[in-house]
Amino acid sequence: MHPALSVIFLTTLIGVGQGLFLALFTAQSYAAVGFVTISNPDQFYAFGSGIALLFLIGGLLASFFHLGHPERAWRAATQWRTSWLSREVIVLPVLMFFVFVYGVMHFLQWDPMILQTAVPEQGQLSLYVGILGTLTCFALFIATGMIYACLKFLQEWHSPLTVINYTLLGTASGFTLATAYSAKMEPSLTTLYGSWATIITLAALVFRTASLIRNARIKHKSSLQTAIGVRHTKIQQKSQGFMGGSFNTREFFHGAGLCFMRSIKWIFLVLVFPVPIALLAYGLSTSRLDVLLAAFIVQYLGLMAERWFFFAQANHPQNLYYQTI
Amino acid sequence: MTQLALVIDLNVCVGCHACVTSCKQWNTSGPAGFMSDDNPYDKDPTGTFFNRVQSFEVGEYPMTETVHFPKSCLHCEDPPCVPVCPTGASYKRPEDGIVLVDYDKCIGCKYCSWACPYGVREIDEHLKVMKKCTLCVDRIYDESLPETERKPACVLACPTNARLFGDVHDPESEVSVTIRESGGYQLMPEWGTKPANHYLPRRKTRIKIHDDELIRADNPLKKEGLKPKTVVKEQTLDDVTSW
Repeated sequence: MHPALSVIFLTTLIGVGQGLFLALFTAQSYAAVGFVTISNPDQFYAFGSGIALLFLIGGLLASFFHLGHPERAWRAATQWRTSWLSREVIVLPVLMFFVFVYGVMHFLQWDPMILQTAVPEQGQLSLYVGILGTLTCFALFIATGMIYACLKFLQEWHSPLTVINYTLLGTASGFTLATAYSAKMEPSLTTLYGSWATIITLAALVFRTASLIRNARIKHKSSLQTAIGVRHTKIQQKSQGFMGGSFNTREFFHGAGLCFMRSIKWIFLVLVFPVPIALLAYGLSTSRLDVLLAAFIVQYLGLMAERWFFFAQANHPQNLYYQTI
Repeated sequence: MTQLALVIDLNVCVGCHACVTSCKQWNTSGPAGFMSDDNPYDKDPTGTFFNRVQSFEVGEYPMTETVHFPKSCLHCEDPPCVPVCPTGASYKRPEDGIVLVDYDKCIGCKYCSWACPYGVREIDEHLKVMKKCTLCVDRIYDESLPETERKPACVLACPTNARLFGDVHDPESEVSVTIRESGGYQLMPEWGTKPANHYLPRRKTRIKIHDDELIRADNPLKKEGLKPKTVVKEQTLDDVTSW
């Protein structure tokens, strides 16, 4: 498949936004059971939600560049019964709504008690808005992953690993950003976030590697024989029916050389996993904000390479019909 | 239930591209808007087509055969492109099984083209909507046309009658009988899309001649001298008539 820059930005940006929101709510839920104490929680959650919302909006804007008719995008919410893309279109604004409400409640310090509990933090409304937001976050990860995983003849994508990787990689980048954010706003949480960011990044490494191994061993079900229905071991295409390009030759081939294709895999494997983990460890031990921020930026750039590779690696069966001019 | 479809005879197709050009001509002039063409007479020409004819070489020299292979939307009975559409622009008509795109609802997200294993959907780079074969839906029901012309443009254009059009759900229709009797098959059956369009394979006309049809055991031409040896031990007609 040809990797579209708009989709690369969409999936990576909302991944960061979702991950950052999950990180914020992790802190609040830890505080609710007394694992951590946050000196200025409202400010921390409010600005954090603002940053998460900016990432989500950025992703949404990027997605519009993928559409031929963005003015009709509202129609994309109608087919949620059958289409994962439609479900994503619904869940993304719902998540943005929860993140917005969550941020505004903390910003205005308007947080009424809705349950009478011994610990006041456990009865506050924002905690329950956060729970809804968290559930929506995971629903969005599933919807985004399933857009690709549900296409059964794109065999590189048709696997639960696709959904797992979207979830883990998005969460990892969000927690890495939360580490840098907390170093600036709430240093008491930096170690907590840094540890989680490392753990989730390592988990993502395990599952992304599993997906790479799976895809390296994949056996494609379609062949030229099934494509044209002729039973012969030696079939060669002599003409695809036109000499210029077409949508079929542009949309489904990544067009990059073998050398680039091979190197981008190692580039993303280095940028997403070991380098951010090393920078996180160094940043945590020296409490340097710039190093932690660099960890996030490196990981984000790595994720863009990862997403490029994710699309480019998928081999569409229609390509069998477009082998030669 | 009606399921309109094409049956394409690969035994007859000569790869002349008449179906491609007549399809383009009819559909670019229709009420649904033009089909884009960029640089048609220049470097890197590109454009939107519903139908393509491709050529494949089967076998190895000198035992080769060229197969011309027209490819357009197969109007699957279980079309994978329809449920993925987020807007409902892509749909399958219940009354005749034609898979269509509502150009007023399509947002041009290209997701349906990803979901089609055959690569028969093409985005129109100027109208920014997904386009595909409509089985000339604006023609086959047009009562202002003579009944013989109420067929897709490609079918009418084919000089060798390699394309048949009809209802594949009616067991007695011309297309159903042809599929049944001439070994009609579907493309990429492994994905369970159940394409309505069928293809007819290359067919060879061969006569099987057995040895005893060349050398008669009871050859009456006894004067040839060298009479064929029979495997039959008892008397034959030769024994009776040769004196």
